[in-house]
Amino acid sequence: MSAAMATRIYIPSDTTAKALGADRVARVIEATAKEQGVELEIVRNGTRALYWLDPLIEVDTPEGRFGYGPVTVKDVDSLFAAEFWSGETAHPLAVGLVEEIPYLKRQQRLTFSRAGVTDPLSLSDYEAHDGYKGLRNALKLEAQGIVDAVKASGLRGRGGAAFPTGIKWQTVLDANSPEQQKQKYIVCNADEGDSGTFADRLVMECDPFMLIEGMTIAGLAVGATQGYIYLRSEYPLADKNLNAAIESAYANNLLGEDILGSGRHFDLEVRVGAGAYICGEETSLLESLEGKRGLVRAKPPLPAIVGLFGQPTVVNNVLSLAAVPFILDKGAQAYADCGMGRSRGTLPFQVAGNVKQGGLVELAFGPTLRELMFDFAGGTRNGRPLRAVQVGGPLGAYLPESQWDTPLDYEEFAKVGAVLGHGGVVMFDDTVDMGEQARFSMEFCVAESCGKCTPCRIGSTRGVEVIDRIHAGQNVDANLELLSDLCETMLDGSLCAMGGMTPFPVQSAVKHFGEDFVKHSTSEHLNSVLEEA
Amino acid sequence: MNTPGSVSWEPTAAQAIIDELKSKPGALLPILHAIQNRFAYVPEEAVALIAPALKLSRAEVHGVISFYHHFRTHQPGRHVVEICRAEACQAQGSRALEAHAKSSLGVDYHGTTADRAITLEPVYCLGNCSCGASVRVGDEIYARMTPESFDELVDGLRTERLEVLS
Ligand SMILES: Cc1cc2nc3c(=O)[nH]c(=O)nc-3n(C[C@H](O)[C@H](O)[C@H](O)COP(=O)(O)O)c2cc1C
Ligand code: SF4
Repeated sequence: MSAAMATRIYIPSDTTAKALGADRVARVIEATAKEQGVELEIVRNGTRALYWLDPLIEVDTPEGRFGYGPVTVKDVDSLFAAEFWSGETAHPLAVGLVEEIPYLKRQQRLTFSRAGVTDPLSLSDYEAHDGYKGLRNALKLEAQGIVDAVKASGLRGRGGAAFPTGIKWQTVLDANSPEQQKQKYIVCNADEGDSGTFADRLVMECDPFMLIEGMTIAGLAVGATQGYIYLRSEYPLADKNLNAAIESAYANNLLGEDILGSGRHFDLEVRVGAGAYICGEETSLLESLEGKRGLVRAKPPLPAIVGLFGQPTVVNNVLSLAAVPFILDKGAQAYADCGMGRSRGTLPFQVAGNVKQGGLVELAFGPTLRELMFDFAGGTRNGRPLRAVQVGGPLGAYLPESQWDTPLDYEEFAKVGAVLGHGGVVMFDDTVDMGEQARFSMEFCVAESCGKCTPCRIGSTRGVEVIDRIHAGQNVDANLELLSDLCETMLDGSLCAMGGMTPFPVQSAVKHFGEDFVKHSTSEHLNSVLEEA
Repeated sequence: MNTPGSVSWEPTAAQAIIDELKSKPGALLPILHAIQNRFAYVPEEAVALIAPALKLSRAEVHGVISFYHHFRTHQPGRHVVEICRAEACQAQGSRALEAHAKSSLGVDYHGTTADRAITLEPVYCLGNCSCGASVRVGDEIYARMTPESFDELVDGLRTERLEVLS
């Protein structure tokens, strides 16, 4: 190959690809290419998040990108022997054209259209793939016009509560005292604490400009000039990439006092959390941003009216804000055209736990949980039967097989007492002990409660003790009843969903997997317990 | 971010960190992070400097430090090893992994090994949920961990130090 014709190859660089050895593979490929005189241009892309194939190496060809994966250091010699850079070869790791892989091809990647395609930190790459078109359109609109577009898209908050984003923005836009223009804030909730979720992380690591653009548009929409991204401390790479992208946005007039010469002003800063799950709750998050303990505030007043430092504040999840550039670029209708019922657009599902083909599956609302777990994800990693699935994070219910045909839709999930939350799907095989899982839910609440209300703080501790007694076979009937009462008290008497939803996984475990709670006893009450539940 | 150095306490460096950050709105968390990144924990001496700079009482600063799992008030071992305890990793054997880690290191969570090489901490989710069980050391995340690969990791961390010394 001549020097002018260096073949471009892509090696992923998100946290999971790195954890699977992508950096080592990149170093060895680079050294081998040099040694053998092969001209390669190595681009570190984000990841497609087809994690069973990561590190997935892609080769640019006129037909599209050919993939090889999962590549380890041991495979590099044979890849070079097969001249992998020439496109498709007979190498055993060849997976063909990446965009033809059914797992990817059958998705509707609106928010994740660039993930794994571009170099996350290249602004020119971002702009070459529709980046900043949404902001350019927004700059031509009045604030109300932007809010109207978001309303018309039907976008609902992706952080868990599914509140309509446009309505929240309207409240903040309208929150002006007559005598003064108030300082307003855009706060991005990047606390992503739910186990089984990583879509926010992927946005920040693989396409950080999209979040910056979304927040800038939000600022224009409500009249806010300052934004904060509250990022969990467990995401060091996201921190690095966000800060690098913010720096580059400032250098190119995409942040600061005169955005693209419009005279409009928006500043943005990353603030790192400190390992507290409750700080994902929006008012706790605001307290934390103010430098305090993350104690949940009573609502009302809503943060939209009295938020950060007492000012009107938009608090939105990463995915909610990341959907905005698409809506302003392709139009509200293009977004609303996807989905079912009142769930419009797409939800990036994250398939995790004991899963064969784990990763990110962005889908228009509507397919069933079973399709996601089997047609996409291929069942469990170890091949054992799937038994229980927790959807929507640690406060979400466990679903038994009888509920796997539920469509992925906010309202349909609510009907079976479950939540979609942030789209995390955690799969467990038949070795799971659901008594242990219920105990963990209570234990997690003990560890993460902000401590403000008694049912949450004390109730969860009692919950652990009661489940331990059930596990030990002590007065199983009476203790199950006690557990049920305790759950009711937490449901009714908690200020926020931490205490108010911890009963969801616990009660669903008892209801659908009751045999795990009584298997340690000689109980003849088994049937009565199960019927009662 | 949380790779402990072996930096000893330097009041002037701490004061410089505080002076640089104290005028930010909501400055306390950024200051605590910067102090812990530098010294590996938040020493009592630092609290004595932070409180007056932010016009807070020492008790208030302590209240904030103790609320957050991430902040430490004691010098950790040379490496902080965090094991994910959350559900997605449980589905991939993290309960057995944590039991193994505790017994092989001879410490419970928050404990430091006798040779001061390793402090063991729990963590609730590292966002590597399709490829658990997950472990974090400094800014590195490790995927699909088993008791065997955990032992290799720990051996590596211990000898890394010896190589530097020799
Ligand atoms: C205990 C608890 C934890 C939460 N964690 C998160 C989180 O990590 N990320 C998030 O975006 N929302 C989280 N939420 C929801 C937020 O309170 C809030 O509804 C959300 O940030 C609003 O943004 P959205 O409308 O864009 O979803 C949590 C709520 C509770 C009660
Ligand atoms: S329910 Fe729990 S976490 Fe929520 S405010 Fe009450 S004590 Fe705090």
